[in-house]
Amino acid sequence: MTETFLALLKGVPVALAVTGLSFLIGAVLGIPLVLMRRARSVLPRLAARIYIDVMRGIPPVVWLFIIFFGLGSGIVTLSPFQAAVLGMGLISAAYLAEIYRGGFLTLPAGQNAAAVALGLTRLDTLRYVLAPQVLRVSVPPMATFLVSLLKDTTVASTIGVRDVMMLVTQQAQAAGGGFAPFIAAAVLYILLSIPVAALARAMDARMRRRITA
Amino acid sequence: MSGLLANWADWLPQLWKGLLVSLQLTGAALAAGLPLGLALALLSAARAPWLKWPAIALVEVGRGAPALVVLQMVYYGLPSAGISVSAFVSGATALALTTGAYTSEILRAGINAVPKGEVEAGHALGMTPGDVLRFVVIPQGVIFAVPALMGFAILIFQATALTFTIAIPELLARAYRIGAATYLYFDVLVLAGLVYLAITIPFGWLVNRAARRLGSHLG
Repeated sequence: MTETFLALLKGVPVALAVTGLSFLIGAVLGIPLVLMRRARSVLPRLAARIYIDVMRGIPPVVWLFIIFFGLGSGIVTLSPFQAAVLGMGLISAAYLAEIYRGGFLTLPAGQNAAAVALGLTRLDTLRYVLAPQVLRVSVPPMATFLVSLLKDTTVASTIGVRDVMMLVTQQAQAAGGGFAPFIAAAVLYILLSIPVAALARAMDARMRRRITA
Repeated sequence: MSGLLANWADWLPQLWKGLLVSLQLTGAALAAGLPLGLALALLSAARAPWLKWPAIALVEVGRGAPALVVLQMVYYGLPSAGISVSAFVSGATALALTTGAYTSEILRAGINAVPKGEVEAGHALGMTPGDVLRFVVIPQGVIFAVPALMGFAILIFQATALTFTIAIPELLARAYRIGAATYLYFDVLVLAGLVYLAITIPFGWLVNRAARRLGSHLG
């Protein structure tokens, strides 16, 4: 069991890299997406809405197949790792845009009016007034999302990314079945998610202190 | 373009069969997983530590472990424990375990939303604790949880795509097989994506409607 566990550790950097990079892509792309979602004109609002519904309505493993096997058969050839990061990143953008949107909804309507009254431009209002507050309330749900993303990236193994999941399947096949490798993997994923949750709590506490101080 | 549509029309009957398998898996996972979730929700609120802690541990492990790990564990594990079942049963069992762990948290929140005064009123009327649970707490708690449970049903429907890895002929597996045969991976996988959307998007509207209706009923 210990041996299996140690063998699985080799997949940890890959699993964390896929998770971290796709979260980063999602966190950045989620910003224009939420701004479109909140735009005044119908067209960007509709486009963002469709993007979000389509990304979230199709299972992640299907997206990875479309990108890796679909685009890969003659359109754009990506490595399994690139395809996984791209796919999970585009999906994350949809989820994170919705988290940001939830953050905007918590802001009192008076904030916008006050910023206009102070003569701030719309960009400055967003940058100095709204965005910092949205970010603060978004941190806890973003951390929850990051933990679930870590688990969802196990589907990257289906297109050949050598993450923990792929190693555990290989171990199980080599051992002729058994529960042990999977229990080791489950424990490993739970252990990995604990620091993420703790980090998120610490960040949340720090931001609260900075805002109230 | 017309070639694409002709191909799609050719493939759709195959994918339809796959969709039925995906829906059957979803139904089986929910049918077995929801009672498990309710049992876990009630047990994790129990006073006796020997009931409470195993239930909490099962919920935490079930939620903490990726669904794909649980799926492969059941698929590779059961035969080595001397239990041989079909891939469909393995898949449904694994998805039911995941369902149980997640829905127990949803149901627990619903049960907690039942006002304490109603429980006290039940006791004051001389109802046994079991009857209070059965006639007062559970019916209302489950109704509070309905929108969130419906939302979860969409997620578990999407998770059935993972059973592709254990050779269940569901929607994704059939699309992939067509892709391998025709080498038109992109066209067929996009069609499969659209079939998933045809289920998840309308069902998502239903979830929103249920949430609104329940909200107005409570307000």
